[in-house]
Amino acid sequence: MANGFVPYHRMPEHKLVPSVRVYGPGVRLWHWANATMVIVLCITGYFIGVPPPSILGDASSSYVMGWIRFLHLAAGYLFALLSVYRLWLVFTERGIAHHLYLPAIWRKAWSDGFFRQIRWNLLLDGPVRYVGLNPLANVAMFFMFLLPGLAVIITGFAMYAEVVGHDSWQYFWFGWVTHIFGNTLDLHIIHRLAMWVMVWFMMAHIYIAVREDILSRQTVISTMLSGERQFRD
Amino acid sequence: MKRPTTFDVLQERGISRRDFLGFCALAATWMGLGPQGGAAIAHALETKPRIPVLWLHGLECTCCSESFLRSSHPQASDIVTSLVSLDYDDTIMAAAGDQAEAIVEEIIRDYRGSYILAVEGNIPLANDGMACIVGGRPFKHQFDDAARHAKAIIAWGTCASSGCVQAAKPNPTQATPVHKLIKNVPVINVPGCPPIAEVMTGVIAYILTYDRLPELDNQLRPKMFYSQRVHDKCYRRAHFDAGQFVERWDDEGARQGWCLYKMGCRGPTTYNACASMGWNDGVSFPIKSGHGCIGCSEEGFWDRGPFYERLPDMQQWGIESNADKVALAGAAALGAAIAVQSAATVVKRVVTGKAYDKDSDDSPTS
Repeated sequence: MANGFVPYHRMPEHKLVPSVRVYGPGVRLWHWANATMVIVLCITGYFIGVPPPSILGDASSSYVMGWIRFLHLAAGYLFALLSVYRLWLVFTERGIAHHLYLPAIWRKAWSDGFFRQIRWNLLLDGPVRYVGLNPLANVAMFFMFLLPGLAVIITGFAMYAEVVGHDSWQYFWFGWVTHIFGNTLDLHIIHRLAMWVMVWFMMAHIYIAVREDILSRQTVISTMLSGERQFRD
Repeated sequence: MKRPTTFDVLQERGISRRDFLGFCALAATWMGLGPQGGAAIAHALETKPRIPVLWLHGLECTCCSESFLRSSHPQASDIVTSLVSLDYDDTIMAAAGDQAEAIVEEIIRDYRGSYILAVEGNIPLANDGMACIVGGRPFKHQFDDAARHAKAIIAWGTCASSGCVQAAKPNPTQATPVHKLIKNVPVINVPGCPPIAEVMTGVIAYILTYDRLPELDNQLRPKMFYSQRVHDKCYRRAHFDAGQFVERWDDEGARQGWCLYKMGCRGPTTYNACASMGWNDGVSFPIKSGHGCIGCSEEGFWDRGPFYERLPDMQQWGIESNADKVALAGAAALGAAIAVQSAATVVKRVVTGKAYDKDSDDSPTS
């Protein structure tokens, strides 16, 4: 199945095909660790912008925002490190690890599959089985996860550079971002909007994974656990 | 002709050496120069010829001048106005009319390349600069003439640094900050609406003392006054970390002096020295008076309202919409799509007995 890792390779219909190993252990580990970080980041990030109701009592007895920010910053570092790890996997792990970064929209298979996938989602046609990501899912991941993910990492470190000051390595590497925007309030807004795009992605991603698993005659959710994509007729 | 030093001028005015040294020590402290700083300033002011300063007023409200004149130390107002040889400042000088305008030409001619140009306000470019006429001609002309031969330009206030309210969208007069019009002369931005008086005098004292410009950040602001956010030095920061916020203007938190973050305080994104230096001889600053920072020293603060909301409005998505409201609308639309698709799938399965027609599928031929 070497050519099975070509993007958007469709499985033949009406035929029982053997299962394919599409995700190595690295990608699977990354997926679930990353999902955990994204959830922690979204919840704590939401509360940094819109803090929870005030804590009563003396200021010295509580550290609510402090802990929320600590969790956010710590998870943010892990999220960034996991992103580097994920990029490294492209070069070290077989399978479809590289599809996330480069939707092959120049291929005919992509445009054909993209419209086919839209028709399926409008219930005008039946589902299609792919070895790897389907063309629609691929662009959705690129525009709703990868790009906003890059945006939150860059704006996140730029805002962190404000906290640690002009002598920090964060400022050295990400200080230019504050120069682009001038008013760093814009960084907070972009960071928050990018978070919301990732929340939209999560909604669609989980829903579609469940839906495809039920209707498309192939495993989707368990594939991210075992690495194997099995096909049913 | 020997040019008089600042100290010479001060002595003529009857200011004692004690007061003079007091000012030097204070200025050194504001600038964080260390124990020898006061002596360095005193030495510079006693030996170096006074640098003439041309203070031009463009499209502005004069709040920078008002702030400057209230520099805190009791004798400072005297010292400061002598420190800078304010040869031309149309708001506070005695001369008027053609005589006054002649001073500008004289300074440019006599001190070519060695005077400092202080600009308060910005330069409107639309309609040939007709929105701001000084001495019978557009301010742009006066500015261009004076800027060309200056040693350095100090852009006073947010107007001159980044535009301020007269540059608010859609900026009908095309009000343009100083640094965008200047190429070959160093520019120092001293933002704030107005800047803190001691920051203004501190910047001038630094230039006189060391005969060079202070270290600037990537927005051309002196690092010694603008490298930290108001939030970093805010005395209410402990309440922010504890999670204690003013929720309404009349609640217990407001009385207790809790953090104004939820009331739209822009302290976390505002670079200024308010929280450490204070205003009016260190008496107070906005947050200390119970009102959030509006970020007046930041670029574009005037277009990022409302000042009483943490998330600014996003006018590109309509009036009174912010990031969370946009996101919620998107999530609702997406949720509706998910619900509709799920329901349609179920209905189709119930009606036809299957969710899709497997046999009509276009199977790949390979």
